[in-house]
Amino acid sequence: MQSSILSVQNLRKSYGDATVVDGLSFGIQPGECLGVIGPNGAGKTTTIRLCLGLSVPDSGSITAFGLQMPHQALAIKAQLGVVSQLDTLDPDFTCAENLLVYGRYFGMKDADIKARIPALLEFASLTSKANAKPGELSGGMKRRLSLARALVNDPKLLLLDEPTTGLDPQARHLMWERLQLLLQQGKSILLTTHFMDEAERLCSRLLVLDHGKKIAEGAPRDLIAQHLEPDVVEVYGTGALALVDSPLKALAARLEVSGETVFFYTQDAHQLLEALKPYPQLRTLHRPANLEDLFLKLTGRQIREDA
Amino acid sequence: MTPNSIPLKAPAQSVWRAPQLSRRFWPVFLRNLLVWRKLAIPSLVGNIAEPLMWLVAFGYGMGALVGTVKVGGTPVPYILFLASGSICMSAMQAASFEALYSAFSRMHVQKTWDGIMNAPVNLDDIVLAEMLWAAFKSLFTVTAILGVMLVLGISYSPKLLMAWPVLLGVGITFSCIALIFNALAKGYDFFTYYFTLFLTPMMFLSGIFFPIDQLPPVVRAVSEWLPLTNAVDLVRPMFMDQWPTNPLRHVGVLAAYAAGGFWLALALTRKRFQG
Repeated sequence: MQSSILSVQNLRKSYGDATVVDGLSFGIQPGECLGVIGPNGAGKTTTIRLCLGLSVPDSGSITAFGLQMPHQALAIKAQLGVVSQLDTLDPDFTCAENLLVYGRYFGMKDADIKARIPALLEFASLTSKANAKPGELSGGMKRRLSLARALVNDPKLLLLDEPTTGLDPQARHLMWERLQLLLQQGKSILLTTHFMDEAERLCSRLLVLDHGKKIAEGAPRDLIAQHLEPDVVEVYGTGALALVDSPLKALAARLEVSGETVFFYTQDAHQLLEALKPYPQLRTLHRPANLEDLFLKLTGRQIREDA
Repeated sequence: MTPNSIPLKAPAQSVWRAPQLSRRFWPVFLRNLLVWRKLAIPSLVGNIAEPLMWLVAFGYGMGALVGTVKVGGTPVPYILFLASGSICMSAMQAASFEALYSAFSRMHVQKTWDGIMNAPVNLDDIVLAEMLWAAFKSLFTVTAILGVMLVLGISYSPKLLMAWPVLLGVGITFSCIALIFNALAKGYDFFTYYFTLFLTPMMFLSGIFFPIDQLPPVVRAVSEWLPLTNAVDLVRPMFMDQWPTNPLRHVGVLAAYAAGGFWLALALTRKRFQG
């Protein structure tokens, strides 16, 4: 924890009777991308708000760059870049003006900001849109402008709250590419996401949150190996649910049912697939266990009432 | 989990704590200025056309019927009486409109404030910037109206130069008060109450259209503590090339409304953003 660029210890926050963050501790090492995943209402956004000093914790401590939150909030934020869940771009300004005006909030001189703008726009693939207003941009462009804006002060650490939610695959891939570039440049990232492929691709370490508590932590591959069998066979179609009580059950280490689909988690799918051959009406999908399986195992398949 | 971490006691952050103001308000003010520069001329026409129509229609129309009005024993032409009052009303309305509708758009609809607070600028400085911005816009409107009044030859008093900073003070007072209602608003509709239940009655009780001597004694006693009445009592004599009779009292009342309003507005805004 000593070398952490951001260190959060025993963080607690309640609103009325609801405890939203419940004794959370974690750290981010320099150059690391830490992913925070969890169902809606798990406390991801509240954690980010606490890290920004926008909300005051009931107890616990947050230290960043050796400075203490919330007393030194401004000094910490001077070294942070933030992309919030909803874009807060200025609709009346062009892309270039958005960057200029935002840089001023960091106390930067106009000349220094203007010198950075071309590179920031290029990084966001928005060079041709320098004079366009956010209203004329696609969703992906807006998010990239938000990212470029968060980089105006050349921050050491980026806090990204669901940066790719609502984007099409092309825009998502471009965003991932850019974030990987930032990691190569040595920046640290805290990322919340609902996309498990995104978490697996970008994050060196993951934090799984539920009900404000950390329920798992580790590298994506390690977490999967630790909690899940390597293979999954999904079976669906007429009669699939009857398999739950059939001898096939013995061929899987674990069974899960969701709707009309049966999930067999197994060390060896070969035997199971052989045993499924006499059921041609059933459709099967054989694949390696992934983060989504882990996520659902840890946080349950049920839709939350408050989600 | 680290069991031996130092527990940090949550600082007792009362929303009523003293304002923490700094120079960081300036880039926020500049932001509003940059947006406005793009729309200044069209918005100016809207801001001054209505007050001037009132002035011309009432001042010359009613003025022909009324003739002169006595102010402190001195008879003055009705158009001068009305012009000196309505300029205060314009300052009030311009500041209120900006600190309500426009500030609310930035705060609640566009989430501009949220974006700014992700940078090293705190809420107190944003509220200060919005307050000064609304006052500045009001001063701009007032200046334009004063210019037209000069062209119309309503008053050439050199003391109008002093009326100008006083009107900035009037703008500050009313933007502070309006920000209280901005902090409480759930939507734009809320502001209609503020205008129709607070500002419009005040217009009729503050000696803009007729002298407050005409009011029943009880109402008049109330009127003397209204911010707009005190603004008019400061500005009107200057239009007549005289000094106000009780300047400290009037400035004091306006300053009290401004300081109290800003403090309350800040506390309520902090409460709104808390959590």
